[in-house]
Amino acid sequence: MSELHSALPAAPHDDSKTVFGFWVYLMTDCVLFASLFATFSVLRGSTFGPHGGAELFSLPFVLGETLLLLTSSFTIGMAILAAQRGLKSQVLAWLTVTFILGAGFLGMELTEFTNLVREGNSWARSGFLSGFFTLVGTHGLHIASGLIWMVVMAVQIHLRGLGRSTLRRLTLLSLFWHFLDLIWIFIFTIVYLMGAVQG
Amino acid sequence: MSILGRLTPDALSHGPLAAIGLINVALAGAVAMAIAVGLIFYFHRWQWLFSGAKWFWKNWLTSLDPKKIGVMYIALATLMLLRGVADAAMIRTQQALSVGSSHGVIPVDTFQQVFSAHGTIMIFFVAMGLMFGLINLIVPLQIGARDVAFPFMNSASFWLYAAGMALINLSLVVGEFAATGWLAYPPLSELAYSPGVGVDYWIWSIQIAGIGSLLSGINFLVTILKMRAPGMTLMKMPMFVWSVLNSMILVVFAFPILTATLAMLALDRTLGMHFFTSGFGGNPMMYINLIWAWGHPEVYILILPAFGVFSEVVATFSQKRLFGYKSMVWALGAITFLSFSVWLHHFFTMGAGANVNAFFGIMTAVIAVPTGVKVFNWLFTMYRGRVHFRTPMMWFLGFVMTFTIGGMTGVLMSIPAIDFQVHNTLFLVAHFHNMIIGGVVFGYFAGITYWFPKIFGFKLNERLGRYAFWCWVIGFCLAFIPLYILGLMGAARRLDHYDASMGWQGLFVVAGVGVLVIALGISFQVLQMIISVLQRKRNLDTTGDPWNGRTLEWSTPSPVPFYNFAIIPGVHGRDAFWAMKQSGVARSQHPQYQDIQLPKNSAMGIYIAGLSFVFGFCLIWHIWWLAAVGIVGVITCLIIRLSDDDSEYTMTAAELERLESKHSGKDIRS
Repeated sequence: MSELHSALPAAPHDDSKTVFGFWVYLMTDCVLFASLFATFSVLRGSTFGPHGGAELFSLPFVLGETLLLLTSSFTIGMAILAAQRGLKSQVLAWLTVTFILGAGFLGMELTEFTNLVREGNSWARSGFLSGFFTLVGTHGLHIASGLIWMVVMAVQIHLRGLGRSTLRRLTLLSLFWHFLDLIWIFIFTIVYLMGAVQG
Repeated sequence: MSILGRLTPDALSHGPLAAIGLINVALAGAVAMAIAVGLIFYFHRWQWLFSGAKWFWKNWLTSLDPKKIGVMYIALATLMLLRGVADAAMIRTQQALSVGSSHGVIPVDTFQQVFSAHGTIMIFFVAMGLMFGLINLIVPLQIGARDVAFPFMNSASFWLYAAGMALINLSLVVGEFAATGWLAYPPLSELAYSPGVGVDYWIWSIQIAGIGSLLSGINFLVTILKMRAPGMTLMKMPMFVWSVLNSMILVVFAFPILTATLAMLALDRTLGMHFFTSGFGGNPMMYINLIWAWGHPEVYILILPAFGVFSEVVATFSQKRLFGYKSMVWALGAITFLSFSVWLHHFFTMGAGANVNAFFGIMTAVIAVPTGVKVFNWLFTMYRGRVHFRTPMMWFLGFVMTFTIGGMTGVLMSIPAIDFQVHNTLFLVAHFHNMIIGGVVFGYFAGITYWFPKIFGFKLNERLGRYAFWCWVIGFCLAFIPLYILGLMGAARRLDHYDASMGWQGLFVVAGVGVLVIALGISFQVLQMIISVLQRKRNLDTTGDPWNGRTLEWSTPSPVPFYNFAIIPGVHGRDAFWAMKQSGVARSQHPQYQDIQLPKNSAMGIYIAGLSFVFGFCLIWHIWWLAAVGIVGVITCLIIRLSDDDSEYTMTAAELERLESKHSGKDIRS
C-alpha cells in the first residue's frame, strides 16, 4: 500500500482517509464475525440429536474449498502488483482468475449446504446447525458481495483504465478479499478442525 | 401464500383506544393540510407548493452539508421526543388508575406495546438522533474542517435513521408493535410466544437505524483522526471532540454486536433457526448476554458526548480553561474501556455464580471513579471562575444534581446482593432515567441552546429556556423519586395493574403529576423556539462569538457559511480561538484564498434508505418478492454511487472571496 501511494503524484490525502475508513469498517466486520463465532462456540454442543460436526462435515472437501480461497488471495495480490505497474490486461486477467476461484469456493460451499439440508440437517434442526449455517453463510455472503464488487471493478478498469480512483477501489477490494481469507482460516480451524476433533 | 405475504386488511384494524389516537393524529394532520392548502388557495400561489418542495429537496433533503444533516437529525429526534413523552404519559396514566377493581384506560396488550415503544423510541430515535445531530453540527467546526470524511455516507446514515423511524411509526397504523419490552428478550420475543409482526417491526426498524449509526461511527472516527486542522494534535482537541472520539470508538465496537444479535433473532423468527428458542438447543440467555454487550456500551455512547457538551459549556460560561484537561481525557478513555466489562450487571440474577457476579459488580463500581473525576473537574472549573448563569449552565447544574443521585443509586445496584432485591423493579427504572434524562437529555439540551446561535445566527430566548429548565428539573424529581420508593416497596416495572392493598397508588399519582410538569417544560421549549424565531432580530449574533467562546467554531461567522472555514485555521494550543483572541489574530486582514473542493448534493442516500425501508417492511410482512426487489435496488444504488468519480465540485478563490466579503461587513473583530 505504501508503494501504491508513493507511486502516485500529489499526496492523495483523500485516498488515505478512504483506506483508513475501510480498515475501520473491516474492524467492525471483525466484531460482527466475533459475535457469530462466540455464538457458534456456545451452541457447538447443542446438537439436539446424535449428529455433531464430526459426522456432518467432510474435511477433505473443506480443505479443497480452503485451497481455492487461499489461492484466490494470492491471485488478487498479483492483480494489485500488475495494477501498480499499470498493466491493464494483466490486472483483468488476474481478476478473472480470482473471480473463478472465488466462485468455485462459493459453489462448493453451496454444494455442502445443499447436501446437509437434503440429508435433513438444515438450520432449523438444532442450535448447533443454526450457528453453523449463519456463521459460514455470513462469510459466504461476504464472498458473494466480493464477487459482485470484482465484476464491477473489472468493468470499470475495462472502461476507464487504471486511474487514481480505480486503483483506490482495487486496493480496498484486495483488503476486503484478504480479510475474508483470514476469517475463513478461523472458520476452518474453529468450525471444521475443532469440530472433527471434538466430534 | 398471497402476493402480499401475511399483510391483510386486518392489519389496519385496531382496538378502540388506538383507533381514537389514530383519528386524532389524522385529524391534526388534516387540519394542518387544510390550513396549508387554504393559504395557498387564498393567495392563488400554487407554484409556492412546487417551488417550495423543490427548494426543500435541493437545499435540505439532498444536501451533504453536515450542518444541515445535523439540523434534520435534531428536528426528527424532537418529533420522536414528543411521541416518546406521549407514550410515557400513557404509561403513567395507566399505572395511576389501574388499581384494585379499576383496570385503567389502556388494554393490557396496548399497554405492553406502549412501554416497548417508549423505550425503543427514546434510545434509538431520540437520544441517538440528538447525539448525531449535535456531532454533525459541531465536530467538523471544532476540528477546523470543512466537512466530514465521507459526506455521502453521512447523508446515507441520516436517511437510514429516518427509514427506521418511519418503520417504527408505521407500526402504529399497519399491524402492531412489539409487546416485549425495549430489548425484546427471548424466548418471549420468539415466534412461539410473539407470533405477530410486532417484534419484526422492532427488529427491522432498529436494524436499519443501527446500520446508519454504525456507518456514522466509522465516519466520525475517521473525521476526527484524519481531518483536524494543522497543529491540532490529539491533546489539543476540544473536550467535546475527545468525548465524541471515545463515543465513536464504542459505536464501532458495539454496534456490530447489535447487528449480529438482531440478525440472529430475525433468523429465528423468519427461517425457524434455534439461536435463542427454548427448544432444539437454543439458548435465550445468550441473547441477553449479546444484547447487553452492545447495550451497556450504548449507554456510554450516549452519555460521553453529553459529558463533552458540559465540558465546553462549563469552561465557556466560567470564562476559564477547563480544569484537568489531561485527567478528563484519561477519564474518558477509562470509561470507554471499562464500559465493555460491566454488561453482566444487567442480569446478576441469571445465576452466573458468586465469583462472576463479584467481578462484574466490582467493575461496575469502579466505573464510577472516572465519572467522579469528571464531575469534580467541572466543579473545579467553576471554582473561582466568572460564572454566567445562562440556560446551558442551568442545564449543567441540574445535571450535576440528578446525575450524582443516579450515580449513587447505580453504585448501590452494582452490589449483586442489593441488585437481587431491586432487579426489575421501578428502582432500576428510576436509576436509568436519572442517568438518561439527567445526563444525556439535559446535556443535549444544553448543547442545543449553546450552539444554536452558531447554526441559525440568533440566540434562544433566555427566560423561556429557564422556565423550561425548572419544569424539567422539578417534573423529573416528581416523576422519578416516587419510583425509587415504589421500587424499594417491591413494585415491578411494566405493571399494568396492582392491588389496592399495596398502597402504591399515591406515589404513582405523584409520578403522573411529574410527567405533566415535564410536558409543561416541553411546551415552554416549543414556545421558546417559536418566540425566538419571531424575535430573532433582538437576539441576533452579529459577532459569531456570542458567549465569548474558546474553541474554533466561534471563530466563524454565525450562521456558519456552508464551507465552514474560508481558510483552514492553524492551531497552536488548547482553546485555539481563545488564544487567537488573546493575541489579537482572530481574523487575518489580508487572507489569501484558495480554491476549495466541496461535495455535490446527492439524492442517493434517500433512495438507498427508501429501498431499505421497503426491504424491512417486506421482511416484516413476508412479502419476499418485493424484499428481493428492495435489496437488489440498494445494491444497484450503491454500485452507481460508489462508481461515481465526479462527486465534488470546486469553489474558486474568487467566489470564496466574494462570499467572505459579505460576512466581514458584519464582523466587528476585523
